[in-house]
Amino acid sequence: MSTWIEVCDKNDIDEEDVIRFDHEGRSFAIYRSPQDSFHATDGHCTHENVHLADGLVMDDIIECPKHNGRFNYKTGQAKGAPVCINLKTYPVKVDAGRVFVQVG
Amino acid sequence: MSNRGMVIVGAGETGVRAAFALRELGYRGAVTLLGEEPHIPYERPPLSKAGGEAETVRAIVSNQSYGEAGISFRPGVRVRSIDRSSHELQLEGGENFPYERLLLATGATPRELPGLASQSRVHVLRTIEHAAAIRRHMGEGRHIAVLGGGFIGLELAAMGRMLGAAVTLIEVQPRILMRGVPEALALALQERHEAEGVVLHCGITVDTIDAGDDEVRIRLADGSDIRADALVVGIGAQPNVSLALQAGLVIDNGIAVDHHLATCDSDIFAAGDCCSFPLPIYAGRRVRLESWRNAQEQGALAAANMLGASQIFNAVPWFWSDQYDITLQVAGLADGATCHVRRTLSPQAQILFHLGDGGRLLAASGLGVGNAVARDIRLAEMMIAKAATPAPEALSDPSVKLKSML
Ligand SMILES: Cc1cc2nc3c(=O)[nH]c(=O)nc-3n(C[C@H](O)[C@H](O)[C@H](O)COP(=O)(O)OP(=O)(O)OC[C@H]3O[C@@H](n4cnc5c(N)ncnc54)[C@H](O)[C@@H]3O)c2cc1C
Ligand code: FES
Repeated sequence: MSTWIEVCDKNDIDEEDVIRFDHEGRSFAIYRSPQDSFHATDGHCTHENVHLADGLVMDDIIECPKHNGRFNYKTGQAKGAPVCINLKTYPVKVDAGRVFVQVG
Repeated sequence: MSNRGMVIVGAGETGVRAAFALRELGYRGAVTLLGEEPHIPYERPPLSKAGGEAETVRAIVSNQSYGEAGISFRPGVRVRSIDRSSHELQLEGGENFPYERLLLATGATPRELPGLASQSRVHVLRTIEHAAAIRRHMGEGRHIAVLGGGFIGLELAAMGRMLGAAVTLIEVQPRILMRGVPEALALALQERHEAEGVVLHCGITVDTIDAGDDEVRIRLADGSDIRADALVVGIGAQPNVSLALQAGLVIDNGIAVDHHLATCDSDIFAAGDCCSFPLPIYAGRRVRLESWRNAQEQGALAAANMLGASQIFNAVPWFWSDQYDITLQVAGLADGATCHVRRTLSPQAQILFHLGDGGRLLAASGLGVGNAVARDIRLAEMMIAKAATPAPEALSDPSVKLKSML
C-alpha cells in the first residue's frame, strides 16, 4: 500500500523551481511549475548519479546540472541526448498548503 | 548517387551523435560510422576522473543501439585518404568506400614531448589504453609526476591523490589554468590541490627528462630533481587534420569550416575537436573547442546540414571539470573582458562574470562543491547568448535571482 508522505509547505518551493526531498533512503526531486502545479520525480538523473535539485527548471523541463540532459518533469520523458532513459514520476497532491508525495 | 549514403569518419562523441542525429532527423539512406579505435565508442571525460565507475569504460550508447538505429558501425577501421572527385574513401587495407556526404569527426591527439613519445614510463591521455597504463601507477606507495597544469593534468593529479599516490605537478606558466580560467578561480583550485598534498611547481621549466626502466627523473631549471614512477604529459592536443590535408581541404588551427560546419568542399563537413569554426556571438571569431558538449552540439548540427538544413552553429561554448569534490564550469569566452564581477554563493562556491565593452556579458566561470554553480552558469549562458548587459550590482548580489534578469 502506498501512502502519502508530507514533503513541505507549498511556499518552500519557488515557482518554476525544484527542491530535493529524501525519504527512507530514497531521494526525490519535487517541482513547482510556472502554472503553480506540483510534481515529483526520482531525484537522480538517469544518465549519471547526479541530483536534479541543482538543475534548472524552465517551463515543463528540468535540466540536469551536469551535462544538461533534459526531462519533462510532469511526464518523466527524457528529451534526447545525452539522456535516453525516462525519469520515474510520482503522484503529488497539495492539501491545506502542504505538499504530499506518494512514493509507492 | 543517393544509395551512397552518409559516412562519418571518427567514432568519438561527435561522430556518434551525428550518426544518431541523422536517424532522428528521419534520414533513411545508409549511415556508416568508421572508427579507428577497436572499441565500441566510449566517453572520454571519465578517463581522467576518479568517479565511482573509475575502472569501467562508459559506452556513449549501448552496443545494440547501433543495429537498432540502422547505423553501420565499423570499429578498427582507419580511413587513409579521400578521393573528392569520385566521392570515395580509401580505407587502410585497400577497400574503397563511397560516400554521398562525409563528416570528418577525427578528434585530436595529445601533444607529446619531442624524443619521449615511445618511452614506457611517459604517458599522455586520450584513450582507454592510455588511461589503463596511467592507472597502474596510481595506487598507494606510488609517485606520479604530471607535466602541465591544464584540465587533464589537474584531474589526473586529483585522481592520483584520491587513489593514494604521491603527486608532483609541474607547470611552466606562473599559475595553473593560464588559458581560459580567471586567476581568482585558478588560485582557489591551486590551494585545494596543495591542501590535498599535491606538490606544485609553477613558473619553472624542465631541463631534462630521463625515462629509465624503473623510474622517470625530471630535472627542473632550478636544479631540483623529481623521481617518479611515471610521468604524464598534459600539454594540450592537436587537431587530427592529416586526412583533410591530404584531401586538399583548408586547414586553419584544425579543419576550417564555415558557420554551417561545411569545409571548402560542400559535400564534406567537419565537427568536434578536429575543426575550427567562426562563432557569430563573438563577432565571427574563429575558434577550436575541445569540449564534450561542443562535440555533441556540432555532431547534431552537422548531421542536419548534411541533409540540407543550412543551420548556423552559434552555441555558447561550455565545459566542466571535476577535481576532488569540486566542479568548475565555464560558459562563454572571457577574452576581451574588461570587468569581472564576483558573486559569492557560499564559502565554497563562487562565480565570476566577465563583462566586455558596453557591459555585455561575455563569459561566466564558476567553482564550487558538487553542482553548486551549475544553475547560475546555465542562466549566465542564456544571457551570453542574448548578448545581455546585466547590471553588475545585480550580478554580484546572490539574493537577486539570475532567472529574474533573463
Ligand atoms: C581525458 C579527457 C577528459 C575530458 N574531460 C572533459 C570534461 O570534463 N569536460 C568537457 O567538456 N570535455 C572533456 N573532454 C573533451 C571531450 O571528451 C572531447 O571534446 C570529445 O571527446 C571530442 O569528441 P570528438 O568526437 O570530436 O573527438 P574524439 O573523441 O577524439 O574522437 C575522434 C575519433 O576519431 C578517430 N579517428 C581519427 N582519425 C581517424 C581516421 N583517419 N580513420 C578512422 N578514425 C579516425 C579517433 O581514433 C577517435 O576515436 C575530455 C577529453 C579527454 C581526452
Ligand atoms: S548526469 Fe544528467 S545529463 Fe549527465
